[in-house]
Amino acid sequence: MVDLLIIGSGGAGLCAALSAKENGCDVLVVSKTYPTHSQTVQAQGGINAVLYENDDDINLHIEDTYKASCRLSNKDNIKTLCENAKDSVLWLESIGVPFNKDENSKIKQRKFGGTNKKRTCYSSDYTGLKIIHTLFDQCIKNKIDFKNEYFLIDLIVENKKCYGAIFLDIKTGKIENIYSKSTILATGGYAGVYSNNTTNSLSNCADGTAAALRAGVKLSNIEFVQFHPTALENSNILISESARGEGAYLVDSKNKRFIDELKSRDEVTKAIYEKLINKDKVYLDLRHLDENKINKLLPQEKRIAFEYTNIDITKELLPINPAAHYSMGGIKTDKNFKTNIENLYACGEVAQSSIHGANRLGGNSLIEIITFGKKAGISASNNSKNMKSIKNIESITSFENKIENIYNLPNKINFYEKKDLLANELFEKVGIIKNENDLDDFINFIDNLNSQLPNMGILDKSKIYNKNLIDFLEFLNQIEISKIIALCSKQRKESRGSHNRLEFKNISNEYEKYSYALIEDELLKIGFEEIS
Amino acid sequence: MKIKIKRYNQELIEKNSIDEFEVSNTNLLKALIQIKQYNDSTLTFRCGCKSGVCGSCAVKVNGLEKLACRTKINQNDLIEPLSNINIIKDLVIDVSHETFLLDKVKSYIDINSNKEINQEDIEKIDLQSNCILCNSCYSSCPIYSINKDFIGPFALTRALRYVDDKKLKDKKEILNNIQTNGIWDCTLCGTCSLVCPQSIDPKADILKLQNISFQEGFSNPNLNNFDMNFDYEFDGFNPNGF
Ligand SMILES: Cc1cc2nc3c(=O)[nH]c(=O)nc-3n(C[C@H](O)[C@H](O)[C@H](O)COP(=O)(O)OP(=O)(O)OC[C@H]3O[C@@H](n4cnc5c(N)ncnc54)[C@H](O)[C@@H]3O)c2cc1C
Ligand code: SF4
Ligand code: SF4
Ligand code: FES
Repeated sequence: MVDLLIIGSGGAGLCAALSAKENGCDVLVVSKTYPTHSQTVQAQGGINAVLYENDDDINLHIEDTYKASCRLSNKDNIKTLCENAKDSVLWLESIGVPFNKDENSKIKQRKFGGTNKKRTCYSSDYTGLKIIHTLFDQCIKNKIDFKNEYFLIDLIVENKKCYGAIFLDIKTGKIENIYSKSTILATGGYAGVYSNNTTNSLSNCADGTAAALRAGVKLSNIEFVQFHPTALENSNILISESARGEGAYLVDSKNKRFIDELKSRDEVTKAIYEKLINKDKVYLDLRHLDENKINKLLPQEKRIAFEYTNIDITKELLPINPAAHYSMGGIKTDKNFKTNIENLYACGEVAQSSIHGANRLGGNSLIEIITFGKKAGISASNNSKNMKSIKNIESITSFENKIENIYNLPNKINFYEKKDLLANELFEKVGIIKNENDLDDFINFIDNLNSQLPNMGILDKSKIYNKNLIDFLEFLNQIEISKIIALCSKQRKESRGSHNRLEFKNISNEYEKYSYALIEDELLKIGFEEIS
Repeated sequence: MKIKIKRYNQELIEKNSIDEFEVSNTNLLKALIQIKQYNDSTLTFRCGCKSGVCGSCAVKVNGLEKLACRTKINQNDLIEPLSNINIIKDLVIDVSHETFLLDKVKSYIDINSNKEINQEDIEKIDLQSNCILCNSCYSSCPIYSINKDFIGPFALTRALRYVDDKKLKDKKEILNNIQTNGIWDCTLCGTCSLVCPQSIDPKADILKLQNISFQEGFSNPNLNNFDMNFDYEFDGFNPNGF
């Protein structure tokens, strides 16, 4: 048994681990990847904080965040985030994150969409990479224990109390229960369920969100999926907002700009999407930017464009399209990062901590995972300190059976084919603009898929590093969560932020509420509740 | 297009084989995914970001280390796992030594510090801090292939990244940790620098660490050793040079 089990080793998980350890707690970080393979490495553009108040003001950061959220957030929580942002960035700097500096040796900041201030701190366009590696080095220094390549199957929850979680050790194929006084879920977001149409890592599949749902954890605002305006056509690799922040234009096939590039993401995405469904094309235009500046500030964007599309952004237009990018919704947490289940906490993209509401500002996620990751570590470790011991629940056998059953399923239908199909259906019908018919269609599609599951097995029957099995388990989670996205989208009959309903084009006061999805007494309940 | 993939599965009687697959995708990672989904679900490899930053998909293509997600393939290419590291299955290698090595060097800021540093200081460590721990350099290193205690290229690059960081309080400790089985055992052959997908130059970093070590009063322990015994033979040469 451990004092604190942290599931997920992205930025949120590592920060939670570091602060909990500092708080005198014995921690174990378990995740399905190695820490440096986590999606946080992909963050390019930067991290938001008001550092110098000569031109900016914390209140403006609060206002911008609140405004972008379309009133679906909690101002107190936003306040906590924004007020602590400076400390978080300075802490990152103090452990070695090499932020770019200006001529006065102050941390340099760039402008992101949805704000008029330069508030986004960065390390060229490798911000996430440098942050996660620095955090990893600190974890090594602080002797944090890791179990890598362990796949979370389910949480151990009884009578609304969490006692740990059940994992599949990918390297050996063995099932292992890990008991803990407190548990933090930091398994990242669920935008990866759009698989072929997402900027997310291939390992980002809503596993944590699905396991939470099954365990009776309350999910919130799941319909709010952010589509990033600028992903590379075909591969959907992200071209960071920093490109527009540094002055890139968006143009159509007539070479005309059609929107203020620094509006918030939901608006820019919608404008692009409208062009695309009208059979136009959209390009990112960086040709007018100084080449030197591109080399210094956007080296990764330049490389990605060249390697994946053969385009030199200093000379040519770059074709782009929107792609699923970030999940604003997630596990509902209170101001202490607690879920509705006792001893269970959540932080990072997996959580809905009442910050981003209907639309997240670029740069606000990294600051959230650092700031709230650290705070969640303290909260959860304090919780453990008050506990003597916990009971062990024997659930290993039932899960061995569950996995054994998967090994024995016949392989009449190739689930990979279905996974592709699911991703495409999801993007088309539960994507940037949704309507009732499409949503119903999609829900039927999922029900149909579920009925075919008994004929979809795995072909790799080995125990050691069975990626085929992992892919299958991920597929099950993808099915579960994409259905929740559709169900929650269906009940929100309005357009707000990233959620657009064709039949209900405006914001409606009636829906100034959080949606929720929750399994209680084996029944899925979907509804709305007051903002908290 | 046909590609060949070296297979390894310790649970099978026939552990090793080279299998051929027909693929339509020219991006190696996409081709591997295609094979797994439609030809052979047992094919095993790691991947994540698909954009060259998570470092999980490194393999060898015709003997050279590459990130699968950043590699275009050609007819008859041979895909193998990285060398010098235990293979878990097919293209998946055991990367658990990373933690061990970084810990051995103690490559991290020793005492948190908000000492003011400028852009020039940042640029000095910028390239080194772009390392994605893909292990390509390890796979290519001739010394690591014969000496598993060698603190190889990425760990040494990371050592320099912190030694060169003005926020580090005491660089002596890191320097001390890389004297044995470290900077002096490298042959400076430069293979690691050739294969690094992030254009990092571990060889140059190691040379730099040697210079800094000299300045800080360390000396080449191998040279001393050899000075006594084979002075005439190795005069002026790096004793480990090929
Ligand atoms: C391409 C891209 C660019 C971005 N750029 C920016 C930016 O510039 N600024 C910004 O603020 N935000 C940005 N974001 C968003 C930001 O990077 C993420 O929101 C953030 O990194 C999430 O961190 P996390 O720690 O919550 O989760 P992650 O980094 O996603 O980590 C999740 C962890 O959970 C583990 N896990 C998942 N499933 C399981 C399972 N079944 N069992 C065990 N472990 C599991 C994973 O292994 C991983 O360790 C970007 C995102 C992307 C995709
Ligand atoms: S230069 Fe040194 S570290 Fe690099 S491959 Fe050669 S021997 Fe190994
Ligand atoms: S130095 Fe280069 S080759 Fe070596 S691990 Fe880092 S990125 Fe990979
Ligand atoms: S998949 Fe991340 S580096 Fe290739």
